[in-house]
Amino acid sequence: MSEDFVFEGWRRPDGRIGIRNHCLVLATVACATGVVREVWRRLPEVVAVEHAYGCGRGGPDLGLQVKTLAGLVQNPNVGAAVLVGLGCEVVSAALLKGALASSGKRVETVVIQEAGGSRKAADQAEALARRLLGELEELPRQRATAADLTVGLECGGSDTFSGLTANPAVGKATDRLVELGGTAILAETTEMIGALGPLLKSAESEEVAAKLKAKVERQEARARETLGPLADAVMAPGNVESGLTTIAEKSLGCITKGGSSPIREVVDYADRPGRKGLVVMDTPGYDVESMAGMAAAGAQAVLFTTGRGTPVGFPAVPVIKISSNSELFEAMPDDIDLDAGTILAGKSIDQVGEQILDLLLRVARSEKTRAEINGQAVFAIAQEGPAF
Amino acid sequence: MTCRMRADRTSSMAVLGIRVHPRDNVAVVAGDVQAGDVVRLADGAEVRAAEAIPRGSKVALGPIACGEAVIRYGEEIGKATEDIAAGEYVHRHNLAREI
Repeated sequence: MSEDFVFEGWRRPDGRIGIRNHCLVLATVACATGVVREVWRRLPEVVAVEHAYGCGRGGPDLGLQVKTLAGLVQNPNVGAAVLVGLGCEVVSAALLKGALASSGKRVETVVIQEAGGSRKAADQAEALARRLLGELEELPRQRATAADLTVGLECGGSDTFSGLTANPAVGKATDRLVELGGTAILAETTEMIGALGPLLKSAESEEVAAKLKAKVERQEARARETLGPLADAVMAPGNVESGLTTIAEKSLGCITKGGSSPIREVVDYADRPGRKGLVVMDTPGYDVESMAGMAAAGAQAVLFTTGRGTPVGFPAVPVIKISSNSELFEAMPDDIDLDAGTILAGKSIDQVGEQILDLLLRVARSEKTRAEINGQAVFAIAQEGPAF
Repeated sequence: MTCRMRADRTSSMAVLGIRVHPRDNVAVVAGDVQAGDVVRLADGAEVRAAEAIPRGSKVALGPIACGEAVIRYGEEIGKATEDIAAGEYVHRHNLAREI
């Protein structure tokens, strides 16, 4: 079936293809989230982006915020956006619109202090969003293939089976996607600590290996500095309850999501890869922040494995949830899209990898993921202050 | 009156143990294990559990001396913090890794 990995997407002014055609209503600062929520209440067709950033932080963090928010608006799944600012913040609607000027994307702004308060700002933003939604409906769809896709790889709430079932099965799907010309982003630098051996063997060049090594060693040093030599907090309590003992054990299972393709490039948080194939992005292991980095880099979908179960989705980017064990699939059926626990009952990793690729294609063809159906769209940005 | 066969705990059912790499000296148990149960790997190798081991946790496939590497996925995941006997439960009480 993979030879027919063809879908109809929306081509954006920068040439990239969206698998969704969303209108974002995005707060540029925490103070504007109430207005964004009000617009979403009135107009549930929009994708609301609410967050706690936009002001009151130092230069490097604000830079990351602008890069990530601008990257999210530029994500190919976004057709147009209304930016809602307050008026006195650092990351203002005007600043963000300026950062987006070269993208060619339809962007409108509303400033609460200029509009005459929150109600009037919501009225303005609603009217703008209605017009943009109408324009987006007129956009034609175009034939696209796996080569047009960038897929983020994520795990959240890992257990000991994650590295035996869901992650290696995602690795098979990643290998197939890469063979078909697509791009996959392996992220979560924290979950590479202790796994440099196999990772460096996959690096395409010495330059890639050196950069990868530096990123992982930096994260390991930060973990040691902040959390102490045993760095217990580097893993979530649920990881440990499930039987995972050390970060190296978790990492070695985590990196199998990258499959066996060579690592072509290492990019910083929220930076767009310049190469196709398998690339690594430097992100925290904290899954929502990690997904924000990949979405800002242009990932149109995320393959998300979980052993403990998590409901999280992401604004404008479909998140495909894959369970590592069948008990979880049965316990949280409304949150999990595909069960890789069938591998424990005798299915091969290859078979489940094909199932995942097939599901990815269906999602690219507009099938909704559980997280989309549930309206789960959580957003957070990694900050320079250590986050693990 | 009909008599049922007595369940014999020590004859024990085998629980699947998952070893990923031939170098691994631990395996993950696919179900809850009681002391005395046999853990059987896909290649037929067996180890008898010395104690209860919860599903998803690790069992030592052979003796691992204190300070020796614990290997999973063919890679070191940490070091034994005490002597571990074959069939013993391996988790935070006897395995650690300095980050």
